[in-house]
Amino acid sequence: MDDAGVIAEVQEAEPPTPPTRRIAYRHRLPTRLWHWINALTVFVMLMSGLMIFNAHPHLYWGKYGANFDHPWLTFHGRPIPGWATIPSTYNLAAARRWHLAFAWLLVVGLIVFLIASFLNRHAQRDLAPNGEEIRPRHIWQDIVEHARLHFPRGDAALHYNILQKLSYMTVIFVLLPLMLLTGLTMSPTMDAAWPWLLDLFQGRQSARSIHFICAMLLLAFIIVHLVMVVLAGPINEVRSMITGRFRVPPE
Amino acid sequence: MIDRRRFIAAGASGLLLGGCDRLNNSPGFRGVLRSAEKLTMAGQRLISPRNALAREYGEADLSPIFRSNGTAMPGTPDYARHLAEHFANWRLTVDGLVARPLSIPIQTLRALPHRTQITRHDCVEGWSAIGKWHGVQLSRILDHAGLSTRARYIVFHCADRFGDKPYYESLDLVDAFHPQTILAWGMNGHLLPVPNGAPLRLRVERQLGYKHAKYVQRIQAVDSLVHVFGGKGGYWEDNVDYEWYAGI
Repeated sequence: MDDAGVIAEVQEAEPPTPPTRRIAYRHRLPTRLWHWINALTVFVMLMSGLMIFNAHPHLYWGKYGANFDHPWLTFHGRPIPGWATIPSTYNLAAARRWHLAFAWLLVVGLIVFLIASFLNRHAQRDLAPNGEEIRPRHIWQDIVEHARLHFPRGDAALHYNILQKLSYMTVIFVLLPLMLLTGLTMSPTMDAAWPWLLDLFQGRQSARSIHFICAMLLLAFIIVHLVMVVLAGPINEVRSMITGRFRVPPE
Repeated sequence: MIDRRRFIAAGASGLLLGGCDRLNNSPGFRGVLRSAEKLTMAGQRLISPRNALAREYGEADLSPIFRSNGTAMPGTPDYARHLAEHFANWRLTVDGLVARPLSIPIQTLRALPHRTQITRHDCVEGWSAIGKWHGVQLSRILDHAGLSTRARYIVFHCADRFGDKPYYESLDLVDAFHPQTILAWGMNGHLLPVPNGAPLRLRVERQLGYKHAKYVQRIQAVDSLVHVFGGKGGYWEDNVDYEWYAGI
């Protein structure tokens, strides 16, 4: 069943909204658009990237690194199974075409989202933590709440909690820019045009290693993100990311 | 219940993967993906000064062992004869859209003023190796031959074969005339070893390894790649759909 179907069915099944039920507008259009473009793009980037990794599943630190050098991570054969790669059978040429085409979507999406989010103040208002939130006591409290699966209700559910803010900011301002820059550092033409890339990451093979590590961190983020959506109420959460409207859980 | 869940999970992943594989086999979608290659090339050319140099490294950065890839020994009787003669009769032919077709003995090429550069070789598979190369700038050869104004691409014909197909590669004039684009006859202070392309190979330092044609016997100036072998500008481009533009 597609997402639109899920929502239509839920809306049909809903009784007339009782006065205690409150629908709030939670996600603006640029956020929602970027979210779904990324849901597609990141999925393609990870799976085509894992196929590219299959071509030489060894990672090194430094300027060079090949079969006779010392890898810090190494596998035999082609370690990534077909169900996790694009295409599903070994094809480096096709995986590169997917990866380098969807990279444009990822980069343009990130840049447009960043500009839109600073202009509509999403970044300053919703993402930036305030002074109270970043106190260790508050963060610890939020970790405990998450561990107990106590999710915010009422108005608190309309704002990101501090763990959300920190993880979204890490993805938007650290992991995605690092993916982009380390990806560019692997391009020999970019290294000639922007030699500072090689200095920043201490060599092409270091950049390749950081690219892989950041990809795995993004994968970890996606898994935690999906688990949290399921735990917090998948229909309400997914609907809010499609229509922007969120049914506020009563206090 | 579990069976149904498993059925749905298998169905969902099957649909996603099957969908990607089907898209991958659709000529229309591959056309869309292929247009990204042009976008990437245009973008990189836009921000790259024409003669921006690839980084040159120091002696301390050399890879202890520079691995070879692709052909390690061209298996033809012709090449075996050249090898037995220590390449004494190897010549480089320069033809196509040139005013003065040339046939240059390898000894003459080695005696021309040469460039030495310690650069990083990046394979499409992901690995890198740093080596020191000695060779003559391609621009010097092309200027000597007198390139026609109609020439758009330089095609490199090689002595090695993949099955019955000859290896070849091509560059446009931006990379052909780049100061670091050399026909290398030496590596790490010695004449080229056979696995690295003896006696003559291309170095085109802003592109990936498969563009660096080895065992070069002939360079041909053309106005279009369409009529050269499979028409896509290189052995890998023709046969497995690698990008012709390998700057990334």
